[in-house]
Amino acid sequence: MGAQAKNRNIAQLIVSKVIPHIVLLLATVVIGLPFFWMLTTALKSPQEVAIFPPVWWPETIRWDNFVTAWNTAPFGRFYINSIVTAAFGVVLGLIAAAFAAYAFARIRFKYRDFFFLVMLAAMMIPGQIALIPNYVILAKLKWINTYQGIVVPHIANVFGAFLLRQYFLTIPDSLYDAAEIDGMGHAKIMLYVALPLSKPVLGTLLLYLFIQKWNAYLWPLIVTSKQNMRTLPVGLAMIRSAEYAIGPEHLMAASIFVLVPVLLVYFLAQKQLIEGIAAGAVKG
Amino acid sequence: MSVREKRDMWAFIGFTAPTFILLALFIFWPIFYSAYLSLFKWNMISPRKTFLGFQNYQDMFKDPVFWLVSKNTILVAFYTVVVKMGIALYLATQLNKRVKGSSMYRAIIFSPTFTANVAIAMVWTWIFEPTFGLLRVVLRPLGFPMIDWIHSTSHSLPAVIIVLVWSGIGYDMVLFLAALKNIPLEIYDAALVDGASPLQTFWRISFPLVSPTTFFLTITGFINVLKSFDIVRIMTEGGPLNSSNVFVHYLYQNAFQWFRTGFASALALILFIFIMIITLVQNRLSKHWVHY
Repeated sequence: MGAQAKNRNIAQLIVSKVIPHIVLLLATVVIGLPFFWMLTTALKSPQEVAIFPPVWWPETIRWDNFVTAWNTAPFGRFYINSIVTAAFGVVLGLIAAAFAAYAFARIRFKYRDFFFLVMLAAMMIPGQIALIPNYVILAKLKWINTYQGIVVPHIANVFGAFLLRQYFLTIPDSLYDAAEIDGMGHAKIMLYVALPLSKPVLGTLLLYLFIQKWNAYLWPLIVTSKQNMRTLPVGLAMIRSAEYAIGPEHLMAASIFVLVPVLLVYFLAQKQLIEGIAAGAVKG
Repeated sequence: MSVREKRDMWAFIGFTAPTFILLALFIFWPIFYSAYLSLFKWNMISPRKTFLGFQNYQDMFKDPVFWLVSKNTILVAFYTVVVKMGIALYLATQLNKRVKGSSMYRAIIFSPTFTANVAIAMVWTWIFEPTFGLLRVVLRPLGFPMIDWIHSTSHSLPAVIIVLVWSGIGYDMVLFLAALKNIPLEIYDAALVDGASPLQTFWRISFPLVSPTTFFLTITGFINVLKSFDIVRIMTEGGPLNSSNVFVHYLYQNAFQWFRTGFASALALILFIFIMIITLVQNRLSKHWVHY
């Protein structure tokens, strides 16, 4: 009897502790390996890149691959373009989302429910179908190859507005009422009551927007044709073409340029980002 | 209208105006404009548009590439969604056992979600490289011949699917994990007392109770794959011979490489209608299928 119970305990321990570790470790390796491969390739010599079976770690680390990659194309300029467009995109996106969110959470208006449905509808419509009309509009405005051309069509974000609205609704009515009795208008209540109390969700939204804008490829690709207006992802895709004739080690080094800022943000705030995703989706 | 009502109305209009003006200009108006453009032959630059009626739609339905691209898109969406959700749910059940280091596992498995698609496509192109690629290290001991994934008509589409699955697992896993954590522990205790096996517990308790998430991920995953562009653009450009071409990429080629604006607008409208149908079906089905 005692031995049987012991065996059952061991079996249970394996199922509950050992198997999860094996499975999760395997998944972690499969997901992590391409990142490791990117890094190790970026540090290899041309000879080490062209060997099979491959070497896992270079004999001498070639930091100069990063210098070569950086000099293949105006990466400094790409960085500036990405920073400027992401910064404006994030700030303007947050402002637009905050005002809309406050209106839907706190301002009484007869047709509010109707406009809410309009917002929902906008979220369903895939942006991809609007590529041509948006291009035509920007061409009319002479905004092709400009920062505003990259930024403005994607300022309105329904997801952000809904996320903030949800949060504004959780703030107790008594706080809003007190502010109103103090004679504050809607703009002041939003600025001095709603927003300061929503710092965590504002932070999460800011990070999402930043990552989304930093990684964007399709729209910046369409709306820029001059090299000096390219953002990082577009510039990175560009140097892959034959005319640049650079090796995999340089392509991987250049890919790392694009990843570094987002990886930094991710590793500093991964808990907040992941839990924000989970919470946002569960609440709908 | 009282003074207060009036004040509120203007405040509402003012607060929502930036969002609604931008949505009207860049989301709603484009639907009508696309419908209009789809009736013309136009190269996007010349001031002259030639009216064609429904010619673009007729051409589209006669175009073998349109059908191939539609088929590819559905295939990619189907396989990507099914495979990544299956793996993600399994990983989520393992993570839910609250093992040590689970936040580290979760962080790494989730990380492709926030990684630029361009960089993902870049490193995977190099992994798929037939001679020196990392994948060959794995496949050769298993007896596979050398495969030129990217340049093979039979392997380019699976290559795209592999990358989409790889980059999408983390997101699905995190959502499944959140759903699993919402299941009250008493239900599991009751099952244990009744002598249910782990497999029974999974199929009779966990699986039905995460069905809202499964449903949500199926629909959003499907729609997101329909819209995928980046990976295909960087890895294969839809080739060889359109074997890995997908809908939005074909739309892009028509619009911005070949300047067939009218034809591309017809494609956009078909995509729009298709996604609207999925969304409506979703609304109907969610009432019947999902156990809340």
